[in-house]
Amino acid sequence: MSAIHLRYEVPGDDFTRAGEASGAVKKRLKALGYNSDAIRRVAIAMYEAEINMVIHADGGYCDVDIYPDRVEVLLADKGPGIPDVEKAMQAGFSTAPDNVRNLGFGAGMGLPNIKKYTDEMRIETEIGVGTNLYLTVKVNS
Amino acid sequence: MVIKDIIDILEGEVICEGNLDTEIKTACGSDMMSDVLAFVKDQSVLLTGLVNPQVVRTAEMMDMACIVFVRGKQPDQSIIDLAKSRDITLIKTRYRMFTACGLLYSKGLSGGCE
Repeated sequence: MSAIHLRYEVPGDDFTRAGEASGAVKKRLKALGYNSDAIRRVAIAMYEAEINMVIHADGGYCDVDIYPDRVEVLLADKGPGIPDVEKAMQAGFSTAPDNVRNLGFGAGMGLPNIKKYTDEMRIETEIGVGTNLYLTVKVNS
Repeated sequence: MVIKDIIDILEGEVICEGNLDTEIKTACGSDMMSDVLAFVKDQSVLLTGLVNPQVVRTAEMMDMACIVFVRGKQPDQSIIDLAKSRDITLIKTRYRMFTACGLLYSKGLSGGCE
């Protein structure tokens, strides 16, 4: 079976729409019959990443490739880049503004949560250029 | 316990009706959505004082069937529409967070994360 390829734009100016891509992917995986634990892990990781894109990078896009044994996601933005990835990975470290905290995010749990729910996670980031976040979730592990 | 029982226990008002016979095994109370997302354990109810569309999105990602807004908070129409399209039941209760969680816990609902 060849991969199913999906692409979603993540609008940067509308926090209320963050999660639309994750929700759509979740629905698609469900229709394809993947197991619910794997679907949830993909959805949560992608959702946290979408929120990050809206908070920090003025949006971007997601590329999703669905294989029989795994789901690969690329979340790409043209935001400010991450100055210190190691620090950003620490639970509780956040540079999100206060208004984001009022919405229930910005606790410094985004990247740690993403790492927790994925089998592979890779960050390519360049200051002033943007960030590419690569995620892989194995489906039958 | 099913969603109907939660409505009774919390003297709740249904704002958006999904399947009220859905079985509820565990619950989670938080205003911080990232904390909710950090503990995946088949939780089926989210109690929160936060009122925005991301509460519904969070519940959606977590496969939660029901959201309880504490302290009588009323979600706006965009939140209700989002919940409706996801088949998620929305309830509001006059009880505050601590009391609402305590009432459900005392009736046998657990957090599921111990």
